[in-house]
Amino acid sequence: MKRTILAALAALTIAGTAHADTIKIGVIGPFSGPFALQGKNFKAGIDAYKALNGSKVGDDDLEIIYRDVPQPDPAQSKALAQELVVKEGVQYLAGFYFTPDAMAVTPLLEQANVPLVIMNAATSAIVTKSPLVVRTSFTLWQTSTPMAKVAKDAGVSKVISVVSDYGPGVDAENAFKKGFEAAGGQIVEAIRMPLATNDFSPIMQRVKDSGAEGLFAFLPSGPTTLGFVKAFNENGLKDAGIKFFAPGDLTQESDLPALGEAALGIQTTFHYAVSHDSPENKAFVEAAGKAIGNPAELSFPSVGAYDGMHVIYKMIEATGGEQDAEKAVDAVKGLSWTSPRGPVSIDPESRHITQNIYLREVAKAEDGSYYNKEIATFEKQGDPGLAAMK
Amino acid sequence: MQTVFSIAVDALAYGMVLFVISIGLSVTMGLMRVVNLAHGAFAMIGGYIASYAARDLGLGYGFAVLLAVFGTIVIAVPIERLLYRRIYGAPELTQVLMTIGITFCIIGIANYVFGPTLKTVPLPPALQGSVDLGFRSIATHRIFAIGCGLGVAVALWYLIEKTAFGVKLRAAVDNAAMAAALGVRTEIVYAVSFAVAVGLAALGGVVGAELLPVEPYYALRYMVTFLVVVSVGGAGSIPGALVACLLLGGIDTAGRYLVPEFGEFFFYLAVIAIVCVFPRGLAGRAGQ
Repeated sequence: MKRTILAALAALTIAGTAHADTIKIGVIGPFSGPFALQGKNFKAGIDAYKALNGSKVGDDDLEIIYRDVPQPDPAQSKALAQELVVKEGVQYLAGFYFTPDAMAVTPLLEQANVPLVIMNAATSAIVTKSPLVVRTSFTLWQTSTPMAKVAKDAGVSKVISVVSDYGPGVDAENAFKKGFEAAGGQIVEAIRMPLATNDFSPIMQRVKDSGAEGLFAFLPSGPTTLGFVKAFNENGLKDAGIKFFAPGDLTQESDLPALGEAALGIQTTFHYAVSHDSPENKAFVEAAGKAIGNPAELSFPSVGAYDGMHVIYKMIEATGGEQDAEKAVDAVKGLSWTSPRGPVSIDPESRHITQNIYLREVAKAEDGSYYNKEIATFEKQGDPGLAAMK
Repeated sequence: MQTVFSIAVDALAYGMVLFVISIGLSVTMGLMRVVNLAHGAFAMIGGYIASYAARDLGLGYGFAVLLAVFGTIVIAVPIERLLYRRIYGAPELTQVLMTIGITFCIIGIANYVFGPTLKTVPLPPALQGSVDLGFRSIATHRIFAIGCGLGVAVALWYLIEKTAFGVKLRAAVDNAAMAAALGVRTEIVYAVSFAVAVGLAALGGVVGAELLPVEPYYALRYMVTFLVVVSVGGAGSIPGALVACLLLGGIDTAGRYLVPEFGEFFFYLAVIAIVCVFPRGLAGRAGQ
């Protein structure tokens, strides 16, 4: 008798969730502190998607619950994710700017029955940590590998690599090195500098002394890139004809007004430029610019968030609003759509986004502002980083 | 040999930028006995004012620098009257809590008013580009920074050691009650030296903007470096701060050139060694 009542109760609760009115999505990212701009971009991307596609999926309302992790802090990230799942009852977790924060959450997913949609964190390994992780951003392997070909095609055979000494920097170095050496080029020296470096003049002197014809560099987007680019010019490397190659983090749109003239002509490879010419992107930039307030602050995390929302909408459609993480993730494997950045799809194997990588050059627009001008396209790039891990 | 010269030039430039920004902190900490963690915040305000004046209002560089220095002082004087005056002579913990609180307020306001993006101070054509030294080229604005550093060092030394105001300041620092009894208006002396320290912070913020770009977290990002310079040099000593900046700039630059993968290891190793041998800094005064 007791058992039947329990079963009936259980059936009732399950039936209760079946026509849930409000589906909650927990978004974790840096919304205050030094990286608040990136969190703001998450929000702008999410708001833009809701503005363009409605804030309802079927009959279900959506509620986005934001949680703030200002700086990489795996313990806090995990605690907040737990709180979101247990107390708020979110059905989806999303966001994550930093790799360690995302890594800390992956062990929770299976038990919580919650998929994780990563909107930025860019280390290859995250998707291997749980089958419930889907990523809509990029990896440094993905954005740096095509640069090797660009460098070789530009007639450069000796390159010095200079990266910030932390996970993504090392990834960028390895990706470029692998591609460039495979193309027959030579890395004359690989320098890893501390993240807190302010004065890059000595580094530039080393670049000069190394006799390299090209420089491959990676620094996280933000204040230090300015000093780096200026030091490159001021130490006469630009005039000496040394070519500057980097992934697009160095010339993110929100830093360009400050970099200005100094960055002119720098070539970068990246998955998204705010200037990308397509009707989807025009609509996106307009909506996201409105959401963020000042369109000049728009940068790449916004498009990761926008596509992350697309994936979550599809997941909700496929499960009819029921909480079934596995079914939700299965539903988006192989999903392809046209994103503001161009045609993309979710690789069924890795659950990472397959996308075009663009070669861009910093150029001056007619109104005097600077932008990343797309000049070549590498179509349908997967994540070579996963293959390199095996 | 060329490498040695090259490192020396970079070290001199970097050390001088550090000096211009840190010397104001040395004055507040050494002469006024206030652990002013908001020093970086005042440097940042200077940077913002200069950037706004030069970029958005289109004023000349020299004018923007002056506006930054005096604008920051105008902002800082009421803060001194209302907040700092309460913590003169207070325990260090009280001072740290108060000034770190002020720093966070300024960060929040800067973020709200100017937004989170980087701001630069556009240089006049005369300071752009680079100068060929024969064995290498160096950015013109770095030479300007070296000049500023030397100018500030000489002017400050003269002010404190050779003028009547310097005498009053040193008297007020050593024994405020006795100085007041002898007719020195200590609160005015303190207000003026605070204004000088803040003005120097602002100057440093503008001159150093090419190396340390202005953004809301400037106030905290470089605080450790400034504090290290002051503690190594000995709080309140101008020659001490100058030697500390050149020494630390040299070690940092040489380390970065020769073994970048060690990061700031040598910088902090040197700091530990110096502080072990000279607990009050290179030129700190004993027995206070």
